[in-house]
Amino acid sequence: MSADTTAATTDDVTLYDVDNPAPVIEPPRQRTKKTPRAPHKKGSNFEMYGWLFMRLSGIVLVVLVLGHLLIQLVLDGGVSKIGFAFVAGRWASPFWQAWDLIMLWLAMLHGGNGLRTIINDYAERDNTRFWLKMLLYTATAFTVLLGTLVIFTFDPNIR
Amino acid sequence: MATPVLDKVEAEAAASPYITATFRIRRFNPEISDEATWEDFQVEIDPKERVLDALHKIKWELDGSLTFRRSCAHGICGSDAMRINGKNRLACKTLIKDINPEKPITVEAIKGLTVLKDLVVDMEPFFQAYRDVMPFLVTEGNEPTRERLQSPEDRERFDDTTKCILCAACTSSCPVFWNDGQYFGPAAIVNAHRFIFDSRDEAGEQRLEILNDRDGVWRCRTTFNCTDACPRGIEVTKAIQEVKRALITRRF
Repeated sequence: MSADTTAATTDDVTLYDVDNPAPVIEPPRQRTKKTPRAPHKKGSNFEMYGWLFMRLSGIVLVVLVLGHLLIQLVLDGGVSKIGFAFVAGRWASPFWQAWDLIMLWLAMLHGGNGLRTIINDYAERDNTRFWLKMLLYTATAFTVLLGTLVIFTFDPNIR
Repeated sequence: MATPVLDKVEAEAAASPYITATFRIRRFNPEISDEATWEDFQVEIDPKERVLDALHKIKWELDGSLTFRRSCAHGICGSDAMRINGKNRLACKTLIKDINPEKPITVEAIKGLTVLKDLVVDMEPFFQAYRDVMPFLVTEGNEPTRERLQSPEDRERFDDTTKCILCAACTSSCPVFWNDGQYFGPAAIVNAHRFIFDSRDEAGEQRLEILNDRDGVWRCRTTFNCTDACPRGIEVTKAIQEVKRALITRRF
């Protein structure tokens, strides 16, 4: 064994041998006896509702977002027509108010939940995961609330 | 006229069925280095043989330190799942002629589990997930004096998932399992499916509750890697979807 290693090494000395093997690389957060499983909340269906919400909101968003893009960017003069007057004109109707409100909530929650799963998958340390999610929740809540506030309190006669 | 032609074909085939194939194997030996390295082996072999035969040839004739698991060598025990040419397969069910022996054939350990040496990985997390879904018949009441009978239709319901050999080819091909070993993984869900949809079993509700967990079926991203990898041809992703459907219809 020693003859083999001395023959193989050139400048750096071999660190590992039979009595002193290299540490095996553990996969991240390997499930062993020592690492307790995530606390299992019995009867909690949060993940199921999250999954279901993604599917259902996705279907609705296809209609809402494509319709929104079509109206805003393609039909009747395209993007050049958009101005304060155009927005004011649309939000005079409760239909478009509701459309935009539903789209805002569904898109933000859909995207937020998607990012939540991505953070859960890719953040390696618990601390990183926690703070990324806090940042995500704050940003989502801020955008949703601000958007809702604007839709409900929009004043076309503002100076 | 027919006889000489036949003779000629036979003679050609008998002349030399052997080709020289290169096997590029991911070696790791913690007693020598903490780095895994690729090592090439030239093997004279009949392309109609299997990758496992080539590994045997290497181990028996070229380098006895090559380490891999195999037991039955006929695609039933599930010991020799490995990543061959970047795809999870059983070495004992992969013919060399089917994976283009013109180019070097890469062989490495399955991903997402700790490599102990060369192609041997620590399967413990995989089997822990398997144990967690209670892969055994659970019944209540007195034991019947006869067999627990079942109609052919009831048996057919979970027939596909009875074929699992626990080789870990599916679980170690799953990207969600790679980045976080906490996910139950396709194999555990397949084996839960086998009992959830068994008409004789009475713990389906418990198993569904286990798979309703944060690390259960809802982490499946439907990438179909598991279905592609399964050497037994189990429709793994379909089984996972059926468990999801059972969870949803149970609530509504």
